[in-house]
Amino acid sequence: MNRIYLDNNATTPVLPEVLEGWLPYYQGKIGNPSSVHWAGREVANAVEEARDKVAKLINCSPAEVVFISCGSEGDNMAIKGTADALKEKGNHIITTAVEHPAVLEVCQYLQKNGYDVTYLPVDKDGQLDLADLEKAITPQTILISVMWANNETGNIFPIAEIGKIAKKNKIRFHSDAVQSVGKIPVDVQEANVDLLVISGHKIGAPKGVGAIYIRRGTRMTPLLQGGHQERNRRAGTHNVAGIVGLGKACEIAAAEQKEYYRRVRSLRDKLEDGIISQVPEIKLNGTPDRDQRLPNSLNLSFAYIEGESLLLNLDMFGIAASSGSACTSGSLEPSHVMGAMCVEVTLAHSSTRFSLGRETTEEDIDKVLEVLPATVQRLREMSPLYNCGRTAEGCQTCETIRRI
Amino acid sequence: MSPPQKKRYVVAMSGGVDSSVAAALLKEQGHEVIGMTMQIWDYSKFEAPDGETFGTCCSLDDVYDARRVAETLGIPFYVINFEQAFQQAVIDQFCDAYFSGQTPNPCVLCNQVLKFERLLHKARELQADALVTGHYARIETGEGRYRLRKGLDPSKDQSYFLFTMTQDQLARVQFPLGGMTKDEVRGHAERLGLKVAQKEESQDICFVPDGDYVRFLEEERGAGQCDGEIVHVGGEVLGKHKGFYRYTVGQRRGLGISWPEPLYVVSIDAGQRRVIVGEKQYLSASTFHLHRVNWLIPAPEQEIETSCRIRYRHHEQPAWVRPLPEGEWEVGFHQPQTGVTPGQAAVFYSGDEVIGGGWIK
Repeated sequence: MNRIYLDNNATTPVLPEVLEGWLPYYQGKIGNPSSVHWAGREVANAVEEARDKVAKLINCSPAEVVFISCGSEGDNMAIKGTADALKEKGNHIITTAVEHPAVLEVCQYLQKNGYDVTYLPVDKDGQLDLADLEKAITPQTILISVMWANNETGNIFPIAEIGKIAKKNKIRFHSDAVQSVGKIPVDVQEANVDLLVISGHKIGAPKGVGAIYIRRGTRMTPLLQGGHQERNRRAGTHNVAGIVGLGKACEIAAAEQKEYYRRVRSLRDKLEDGIISQVPEIKLNGTPDRDQRLPNSLNLSFAYIEGESLLLNLDMFGIAASSGSACTSGSLEPSHVMGAMCVEVTLAHSSTRFSLGRETTEEDIDKVLEVLPATVQRLREMSPLYNCGRTAEGCQTCETIRRI
Repeated sequence: MSPPQKKRYVVAMSGGVDSSVAAALLKEQGHEVIGMTMQIWDYSKFEAPDGETFGTCCSLDDVYDARRVAETLGIPFYVINFEQAFQQAVIDQFCDAYFSGQTPNPCVLCNQVLKFERLLHKARELQADALVTGHYARIETGEGRYRLRKGLDPSKDQSYFLFTMTQDQLARVQFPLGGMTKDEVRGHAERLGLKVAQKEESQDICFVPDGDYVRFLEEERGAGQCDGEIVHVGGEVLGKHKGFYRYTVGQRRGLGISWPEPLYVVSIDAGQRRVIVGEKQYLSASTFHLHRVNWLIPAPEQEIETSCRIRYRHHEQPAWVRPLPEGEWEVGFHQPQTGVTPGQAAVFYSGDEVIGGGWIK
C-alpha cells in the first residue's frame, strides 16, 4: 500500500543529508566536546559549526544559541527560568489559550506556586486581538509567551507586533517557534524576541534535539544544573550527532525556504480547494486568510463525524493525518485550541489536521482527494447525528472544553 | 495463505491472552485483522496509598501489551478513548448501585454499552465484517435467529456476561474462542509465540485492581456517609456500621457482632440506612423481581420453565419466569437459593443456550 504522510506538524522524516552528516558521530568521532584532547576538539568544532547554522537561520549570534533536547524542554526552560530569575521584579505572565501544553502546563504549574497568568483568548478563527495583550500588561508582568504559529490551525501570530509591545513595555518576550522555523522566515531581530524555541524533528533533524535562542544579557535560571556546558545555560553532555543533524537541517531550511514555501503552499492550496469543493458541511479551523497560515497546514472539521473515525479510515488507505496535536491525541477532551476558538463541541471532535512536508507529492494530494470525500460520505451515513439531521448538544459543553 | 473468503475483522484486544489469541488465529487464517483497545480508565488519577500506580487487567500496561501483540502480528492497532463513556455507563452506575443498597455487575454494563455498542460502531465505521472478542461463548444460528450458547469450556464460560446482546449485535459479533478450552488457547498462544501466553488471569474488577471496592467508592463519592444501624431480621438493633455500601448480601465476615450463630448480611435498607443481618436460613429466597429484561428468544407471553443463574459463579437452577405489568418479570426457583442480590443479573438458560436475562430488583 502506498504510504502518504500528511502529519508533518507531528514530526518529519530525517533528511538524507542530515543522516549522512550525522553517522560519523556514531562511528568514530566519539569524543565529548568538553574534553581538551583531540577527540573532544574534533566534535567540539562540529557542535560550534552547527551553532553557526542555527544562528544564521534565525538571524542571531551563535553565542545566543543553546542546544537542548526538545521543544518542550525549551518552553519549560524559557518560562520557569524567567519566572525564577525575575521573581523579584514581578509575578505575572501573559500567554495565550492556544499554546502547546509545554507552555500551558508550565504556566498552570507556576500558578500553583504564586504566579499570576493571563491566557489571551482567540476569536473564532483562532486569531489574537492585540488590544487584549496591551490591556493585560501590568507593572508585575515579567514575561509574554506567544507561539509563532499554532500547531493545530497553522495560524501565524503577529509576532513582530507583539515584540514591539513587549519592547515598549520592557517585558521579556518568549516565542515557541517549533512549528514556524523552516516553514516561514523567522528573524529574532525583526520580531524583537528574547527567547525562541526550535525543535529538530519538526524540520528534518532527528528527534531528541532542539535549540533555544536566548538574547544576550537575558538573565535565566537554568532548568538543568550540574555542568558548565552551553555557557552554564544548560548542563548535560552534548548530543553531538543530534546537534550536527540540527545544524544541517537548519542550513537546508535556510537555503530552501522560498522553494519549500512555494511548493508546499501550492499543494496545500490544492488540497484545501479540492476538499472544500467536493465535501459539503465542513468548517475550516483557522484563519481563511491563507497568507496568515503556515503554508503546509490545513485543519478541517467534517460535520457529523468524529475526527478519530476519519483518521482510522484514512489510515486504512495508508494516509496519515491527525486530529488535534499528537501530544494530546488519546486524551478525552477535544483539543484546547478548538475549545479556545469556541468551535462547537461535535465539530471540535471532528477536527482533522493535514500537515504537508517536503516529501509530499501531487500524487499524494490526488489520492487524498480521491479517497476522502467518499469516506466522509460513508461515515456520515452511519452517523446518528447525520441521520437525525440535527447538530448535537448545545453550547453548555463548550464551557468544559474552553477550560484549559 | 488466503482463506476462501477473506474478511476484515476488528478484534477488541485487552492485552490478555484470550483476545491476543483470537486476533492471532484470525490473522493466521489469512483474514485482515485490525486491533482495537478501549482506554476506559485513567490510571494516573488513581494511585495506591503507597504512591505506586496499579497495574491490572485493563490498565495502561495492557494497552502496551496489546500494542506489542498487534505489532508482532503486523496488524494495525488503535487505542480508542472511552473514558467518558466508561465513567457514565459503568463507574457512575457502579457507585449509584452501592449507594442505593445494591451490588452491581459492571462487567455486563461494560459489554453492553462499550463493547457491543460503542466499539461495534467503530468496527462498522471501518467496514469490518465483524467485531471479535475473546469471550468464551458461542454464537450460532437456528430457528431463524442468532443463538447465544455457553462456551465449551465449563470453567471459562462467559455467556452470563453477554445476556444483554441483541439480534443485531449477535449478527455482527464473533467469539472465536467459544469452542476452545483455556488450555487450548494457551497452547495456541505458545505455538504462535505470543508473549502474553503465561499472563496471569485477572480476577478483580478492572477499575478496582486491589479488590478494595470500599476505598474506590469513597475516593469517587467521599467517605463518612450512609452510616447507620445493624439490625437483626427479628428487629433487634445489634450495632452500628460506618456506611451500608461496605456490605454485600451474603457477607459474613467483618460484621463485628457476637451472636450465638454465624450471622450474614440478608439485605440492605438504603432508605433507613440499615444493614439487616440474620442466620443462614434467612439468606435463601425463592421468588424475586427483574427489570430491564432482554430476551434472546421471542419474549414469552406467559409463564415458562427455565434454568436461572443469579451470579457468574452460580450453577443455573430450575425456575419459572412470568411477565408482570410494566415490563417487569417475576422469577421463582423451585428450590430456594442463597444470594439473590439486588443489582446482580439473573440469566435464563435453556440447556446451554442463553434465552434471556434481567436485573434483580
